[in-house]
Parts: sequence; structure tokens; C-alpha cells
Amino acid sequence: MALYRSHVLVCGGTGCNSSKSDMIRQRFEEKIIEMGLDKEVQVISTGCFGLCEEGPIVVIYPEGAFYSRMKIDRVDRIVEEHLFKGRIVKEYLYEESLDKDKLKSLNEVDFYSKQKRVALRNCGVINPEDISEYIARDGYLALGKVLTEMTPVDVIQVMKDSGLRGRGGGGFHTGLKWGFAAPNQADQKYVICNADEGDPGAFMDRSVLEGDPHAVLEAMAIAGYAIGATKGFIYVRAEYPIAVKRLEIAIGQAKEMGLLGKNIFDSGFDFEIEIRLGAGAFVCGEETALIASIEGQRGMPRNKPPFPAIKGLFGKPTIINNVETLANVPQIIINGADWFRSFGSEKSPGTKVFALGGKINNTGLVEIPMGTTLREVIYDIGGGCPNGKAFKAVQTGGPSGGCITADYIDTKIDFDTLTDLGSMMGSGGMIVMDEDNCMVDIARFFLEFTVEESCGKCTPCREGTKRMLEILDLITQGKATLEDLDKLEKLAINIKNTALCGLGQTAPNPVLSTMRYFREEYEAHVLEKRCPAGVCKSLLSYYITEDCRGCTKCAKQCPVNCIEGSVKKLHIIDQDKCIKCGACMEACPFDSIIIK
Amino acid sequence: MKTLDELKKIREDAKKNLELRNTDKTIRVVVGMATCGISAGARPVLQTFVEEVSKRKLHNVQVVQTGCIGMCTYEPIVEITMPNEEKVTYVFMDTDKVKKVVSDHLVNGRVVVDYTIGALK
Ligand SMILES: Cc1cc2nc3c(=O)[nH]c(=O)nc-3n(C[C@H](O)[C@H](O)[C@H](O)COP(=O)(O)O)c2cc1C
Repeated sequence: MALYRSHVLVCGGTGCNSSKSDMIRQRFEEKIIEMGLDKEVQVISTGCFGLCEEGPIVVIYPEGAFYSRMKIDRVDRIVEEHLFKGRIVKEYLYEESLDKDKLKSLNEVDFYSKQKRVALRNCGVINPEDISEYIARDGYLALGKVLTEMTPVDVIQVMKDSGLRGRGGGGFHTGLKWGFAAPNQADQKYVICNADEGDPGAFMDRSVLEGDPHAVLEAMAIAGYAIGATKGFIYVRAEYPIAVKRLEIAIGQAKEMGLLGKNIFDSGFDFEIEIRLGAGAFVCGEETALIASIEGQRGMPRNKPPFPAIKGLFGKPTIINNVETLANVPQIIINGADWFRSFGSEKSPGTKVFALGGKINNTGLVEIPMGTTLREVIYDIGGGCPNGKAFKAVQTGGPSGGCITADYIDTKIDFDTLTDLGSMMGSGGMIVMDEDNCMVDIARFFLEFTVEESCGKCTPCREGTKRMLEILDLITQGKATLEDLDKLEKLAINIKNTALCGLGQTAPNPVLSTMRYFREEYEAHVLEKRCPAGVCKSLLSYYITEDCRGCTKCAKQCPVNCIEGSVKKLHIIDQDKCIKCGACMEACPFDSIIIK
Repeated sequence: MKTLDELKKIREDAKKNLELRNTDKTIRVVVGMATCGISAGARPVLQTFVEEVSKRKLHNVQVVQTGCIGMCTYEPIVEITMPNEEKVTYVFMDTDKVKKVVSDHLVNGRVVVDYTIGALK
């Protein structure tokens, strides 16, 4: 193997890739050849580093220099200065990674220092398209250990002892699930990896698949051995082309090395994995709908029981686990259940990956021990709300979850604490809201999503969520009454209790939780016809103040000609005709147009 | 893949390459690589350090380059820092000297006084 003196790691995750990190990598490769350094410096495309806000990201070793917001035209200078002459180009570095003139190591940077990386341990560290880099980081050691030194019963016991709970949203104990499927006799059993990841704003599973695909393959084989399955499927949405490509490469390499296929580690155990592409319907993330989709049926859920562990794919015993859940498995096998329990909380051991988004400075992916407080995540890691705005609430659990207000910001995050607050962990989306967000509008956003994604099989979800959305529309238009608020609440509770699957059962959560914590905001819309955050368009009016100099710019911009006034005279907006597009406000050079 | 040992052997080999990405090492070898250093032959000096350190599995040694150290006539210059010890500066380095410095200084902790800047005077 050729030995390089320097490695250039370019983030090849979907986020950085969409800001042209592939072209940045290409330019590095070209320039390095031009300078005759190609035998000394290796360029590698990795998975996500997590700090997506600062992307595209390039890290150069051995120094560990963290270049952020990279641009193609910065590459040449970095090659000439840093790689050729050994002078780090400080002005291109991520500011936080410099302590005066000294380079901090990555785990000293605020964004990373409170994180604990288990599921993401290899993301941004290895080349996901090279199995030897995974092996160098103890890859497939857990599978080897399981196949040569442990019985299936032992494996399930370790999983039970670890207390690992499903990261796909439900939080069900993984060891228990495997234990249900193992004793069932059948000519064929299956292991399914759920990589559907439908929550808007969530991208942890994508990042694991893009940055460390072998961890998922290894875990699936371990699960197969534990329950007696020889076949696995990965159900991944077609919108994740990079993840799919890396999975395909990984499966090919694992087969070639005999880490998948027949008689692995000479143990007599066979395991193969196939990829199935989903079309991106949210409901197909629900396990019974997902199974139907793999079978070639329409992706609709069915009643449980029977649970998949008894009657799953093609009617055979099946376990289905989330990507992040699986990514923890090899680590638990290697380091033991006690190690896993040594971080996290009593009832939710280990870590959880969250996708931080919304009104937050450091948008990105963070992995924290369970039991970390919301405050630490939002302020210490996330850097707080931008522009000094006040934090208002954080929405967790996506369309199935709810919001948590500033009063509860010192809550220690785990499965149970979030549920107690009327929200949930979900898959780990975390959307931060500041004073400029209208909570009715947020609830409406998520409900609109579930209405669109409802599969239509059961009436409460198909009809009920639509009626809820209609009431929300009335509220945001200032046309609702207090009775409508009661109706909304009643309907929400009914749907929760009667819908067929988790989609409908949780769809009312965003509405219920915002009504619980921000009742006064709902009432302001209804009683005063006012949107306190100034978001709901129908309730806004644009006015021209005395500061108007009569320049006529606004009137010229107005697309519906509703601004009256002559040169050097105060202008007036005709409220009946105004469509509230805001064009006048942008055009006014004297800031004399205000929203009320 | 037949045995765990087979996998471990592959791992040891593969690890050599990834060692480079560990930034927690406490011994630093710094090679001056400005124009002056490069023209005096710093490039093979650096590469030899990388190879020797890997061959001898010195997991705690980080080999990095730096810009001009400011004594261009003595290039190639190499500085070695060990925890709690004073920095040692080697001058007029070449690949043979590198091998000796690795085995004497990095492995056995004995500074090769003859190659140091102190020996010049
Ligand atoms: C509407 C709906 C969507 C879901 N989407 C996902 C998903 O995208 N990914 C996922 O892993 N689990 C999803 N789930 C949960 C799965 O049904 C299942 O519980 C999970 O895959 C089990 O894996 P785990 O125990 O490892 O979490 C969804 C559930 C519902 C009700």
C-alpha cells in the first residue's frame, strides 16, 4: 500500500455535494498532479462532517486543518501553500478552529466538544468507498466475533443488556425485538434496514449510509445471525442517490472479501443483502407499509398484530430496524453492553443523532449522549439563534412530534422526557424557532405535510386530518371562532385514538402541542384577528407612515396598482386591493412602509 | 474471509494509512518545506520520515511540514518535539540521516547530537 504524507478529506455528503464539493475535490486532484504531489498527497471523498452550515468542508491531515465554506478558486492556493510549502492558509480555516494562532484539534471546537460519536464515528473520518478504511477502524470485527465466539442467544442477550432502543422513532428495545423473532421456526427469515427517512428536515440516516455504509451491512449480518435469517433488504428512498451508490459499492466489496455471501468466517452462516428503492412516500417508513412496498404491493400499513417478528416480509418472521439503530450494533458487540450504558440516561442508553435546523447558527448533524439538555444542544453546540433573536421553541419529532418551549429548555433529552412534554424523539429532527415564527403557521406546515402523505386507507387520517387543516386555514385567515378551536382539539384527540397506523395516530401532535403551549397565540388569531409573530399573511396590513416623501417608487412597484398618491405627497395603500406581497416595502428607500 | 486473524491482519495493514488522521499524537516531527527547504531536498526527507515512522509503527509520532523556519542556509531543517523536553533542531538533513534520527531519537530517545544545530558551532 502506498504511503502518503498528507490526506485531503473532502466532504462528499449530500449537503456539501450540492454546493459543488465534487468539483472542489476534482480541482484538488488536478492541482496536486500539476504540482507533482500525487505520490505524497491523497485526496479522499468522505461522508458528512456534521457542520453543514460551514460547508463545503475540507480537512487536511496530519495537521487536522479544518477549511470551511470552501470554494473552487481557493483550492490552488491551499495546494501551493499548505500542501507544497507547509503553510496552513489560516484565512480559509473555520474560524472557531483557531485559538489565536494555534490550530485546535477538532474535538476542541465547540460544535464537536460536547458530542459523542458512536453512530457517526466514521463519518467524515474514512473513505466510505474503501472497505479497508472501515476495517482499519475495527470494521467487521464484531461480525467475526459473533460468528466465531458467540451463539445467537449470546448476541441477543448483549443487545438486551445494552438497552439499545430503536432510533427510527418508536424507541422499542432492539434486543427484545430480535428475541421475538429468533425462536420462530420458518424456512426463511428476513432482516430489513429501514432507510426511508421521511421526516422533513431529517438526514441522519442518509449521512450514516453516505459516510459509513459498511457499519449498516455488518449490523444486518449480525442481526441475521442472531435471529436465523440469511437474507436482508435495505429499503432506501431513491432520492438518496449518493447513499444508494455507496451502499452498492460497499455490498460489492464486502462480498468480494467474503464478509457477505456464503459461509462467512467459515462458520456455516450465509448472509446476502439486496437494496430496494422507495419512491419517497412518508407512510412507507411505517414498517408494515414498507414490507408491503418491498413485496410489490401498494405501500399501505396494516393492523398489528401480527407483528413483523411473527409474520413479516412474504409472511415470514422479519425484524426491521432503523439505520442509526443498526449503526450502533457493531460498537455494542465490540465494546460490550456496559460500555454502551456508560453514557446516555438510565432508560435511554447511548447517543442520538439530531438534525439541527431552522433558526440556529450551526445547522447540521450532531450526535449527543442521551440526557444532554436542550440548552446544551441549542446554545453550546448549535450556537443559538442567529441575529440575536430570542429563542421561542424547538420542534422535535417532525410531523409526529411537537414543540417544546423555552420554559423547558433545561430538559434532559431522552425518549421518555420528550414524550412527557407532549412531543417525541421521532427520528431526530430538531427545528429551532425564534420570535419571528408563528406557532399556528408551524402546526399548519406539519399538518399540511401529513395530509399530503396520508395513504387514505383509514378514515380518521384521510378525512380527519383534512378537516383539521381546514380549521387551521380559517384560523390563519382570521375567520375562525373559539368554537373552532374546541372542535380542532376534539377532532385531534379522536384521530389520535382511532387512526390505523402511527402516521394518523401522531399527525395531530404538532397541533395539540402548540395549542397546549401557545394557546394565547391561537386566541390572538381568532379573537383579535392578529398574528403576533407577523407571519400569517391574511392578518397583516401594510401601511405608509408620515415618513413618506412621495417618491412614487412604491406605486410603480405595486403589481396590483393599489397605492395612490402624487409626487411629493403622502401615499396611501388601498387595503381592500392589497395582496400583501411586500414589494412596496422593499422598494421604499425611506423605510416608511410598515406591517401591522 | 475465513478467520478472525485473517481480518486482523488486514486491519493492521489498513491502519498504517489511517494513522495519519489521528491528531492526538504527542511527538511531533516538523520538516521545513518552504522554497529554501524544498530546493535543499526537504521533500525526500519528509517522505522518508513518513515511511520510517510507519514501518516502525510509531503510532505516537506526527510528521508535519511547516513553512520557512528562518535559517535557510541550514536546510533541510527538522525540528522534533517530545512531551516535556526541549525542542531539538536537526540541520542539513538527508534520507540516511533521517533513518538514524528515527532509530536513535524517536525509538530510543537518544538525540543524534552530531546532526543538531548545536554541533555546527
Ligand atoms: C408514518 C411513519 C413513518 C415512519 N418512518 C420511518 C422512517 O422513515 N425510518 C424508520 O427507521 N422508521 C420509521 N418509522 C418507524 C417504523 O415503523 C419502525 O418502527 C422502525 O423502522 C423500527 O426500527 P427501530 O426499532 O430500529 O427504530 C415510521 C413509522 C410511521 C408510523
